[in-house]
Amino acid sequence: MEKSRFTIVSNRTVATQTHKLVLAAGDPDLLVGGEFVHLLIDGFYLRRPLSLCDREPGRITLLYKTVGEGTKALASLPEGTSLDVLTGLGKGFDPDACRESALLVAGGLGAAPLYLLCKELKAQGKQVIAVLGFNKADEIVLEDEFRALCDHVSIATLDGSAGTRGFVTDALAALQPSWDYFYTCGPAVMMKAVCQALDGPGEASLEERMGCGAGFCYCCTCETVSGAKRVCQDGPVFKKEELLW
Amino acid sequence: MVKDLSVSLSGLSLKNPVIPASGTFGFGVELSGSFDLNVLGGISLKGTTQEPRFGNPTPRIAECESGMINSVGLQNPGIEALVHEKVPALRKCYGGIVIANISGFSVEEYKTCCLLADRCEGIDLIEVNVSCPNVHNGGMAFGTDPASAAAVTRAVREVCRKPVFIKLSPNVTDIVSIARACEDAGADGLTLVNTFLGMRIDINRRKPVLANKMGGFSGRAVFPLALRMVWQVARSCRIPVMGCGGVASAEQVIEMMMAGATAVQVGAENLRNPFACPEIISSLPSVMDRLGIHSLKEIIGTV
Repeated sequence: MEKSRFTIVSNRTVATQTHKLVLAAGDPDLLVGGEFVHLLIDGFYLRRPLSLCDREPGRITLLYKTVGEGTKALASLPEGTSLDVLTGLGKGFDPDACRESALLVAGGLGAAPLYLLCKELKAQGKQVIAVLGFNKADEIVLEDEFRALCDHVSIATLDGSAGTRGFVTDALAALQPSWDYFYTCGPAVMMKAVCQALDGPGEASLEERMGCGAGFCYCCTCETVSGAKRVCQDGPVFKKEELLW
Repeated sequence: MVKDLSVSLSGLSLKNPVIPASGTFGFGVELSGSFDLNVLGGISLKGTTQEPRFGNPTPRIAECESGMINSVGLQNPGIEALVHEKVPALRKCYGGIVIANISGFSVEEYKTCCLLADRCEGIDLIEVNVSCPNVHNGGMAFGTDPASAAAVTRAVREVCRKPVFIKLSPNVTDIVSIARACEDAGADGLTLVNTFLGMRIDINRRKPVLANKMGGFSGRAVFPLALRMVWQVARSCRIPVMGCGGVASAEQVIEMMMAGATAVQVGAENLRNPFACPEIISSLPSVMDRLGIHSLKEIIGTV
């Protein structure tokens, strides 16, 4: 874990209640999709954990929903603002677990960490199919970015305003994709349904209210088949067989 | 001029008075990859009970104005794992003072755990937590009544050779009477204060934010409350006090010491800033210089 000061390069709305934050990040201690950074926002006591969506030399991209007071305050910060950021947190997705062909299943902003994973999988020369679910068309994020990389992209919206009407599991049933390993990130209820629907190995990125984000306050504990685990440190990515789903 | 940061606590020599508080620093090893733990004056380990505990359901933490509420509920691997795994693991990378923090649901449990901690080579001091607000039928119940606090102190004192500190709850009418009861029962020192019982409600969901409904409030907001209690207790007891509550700067370490604390614990601030303790320690000499303090020992209880 490292603490740094990163400067906001851009911070703008990309979909309904959704902001994209690009930070000039020097040479951060960041590795793979599924890892997160922990941001301190002026006027708020606890940090806010945000998944890494993309990284390029010298900069990182994060997506966040402006749902609470903290993220609303974050959304108001202009370019050039310096942020106190912890990096090197969490255990991310394992792109090596996939042999040849990966299935990515995202719900809402769960698409963010899967995008960085997608880049890594494609860099390894693997086939990637992405199924992205949203509530409605104006909440869709990263569709163009996934289409530019993936061998196939399916969109599902709950209200049918784009792609298949229904849940990601409906889109999966319609698509019948072939894959050897799956990766999922989104609301817990969605990931549980995905893990139950997919007959094969995979991993899921969990979310929990965090304190320190670095494994020492024990606030974000979850139960797994091998006992209590910390979402921030032992996860957020867990193998399907570790989860009680 | 070189500043003397060292303090002496019940015969133990601390290179400086700054100690991460129990529950805000895990078992130490979690932070060993982030900075050299040996800069710390000591480490108070996560609260430990006789049996392993999963703790409370999540969410266990809630944001507040200048603070936070937690209801972790004493998640820990049990006393056997503490003495045989956690402490030896910490000792591989840390040579300073180690404080075991012990909780229990009965006087017998406190006694059993403290005995094992006392016999563990890597532990220097035992902090008995009679003030956890997050567990039912125990914890804080022992620390809100002078007679119960004294009973735990007496039982633990009987089986321990190492210094025994009692960690007190602020959720009481008269903390001085409880502090005195612990002193009379043989405590070597006192840590104060634990968290303040608090609550938040999610007005959108119309439900408590924490799964356990209530929790312990800590963070910068509680500093003046904690300081007042440290001052009251330190001037009423002869045994040393570790001050704890809302400390976030070198200036506040000095303030706590002027109020009577011999050592100062940093708690919730570690969750905001995992580097809070080393940052505070490194800024102490310049703050002392500005205030004309040569040795921290000379300011203890001077107000």
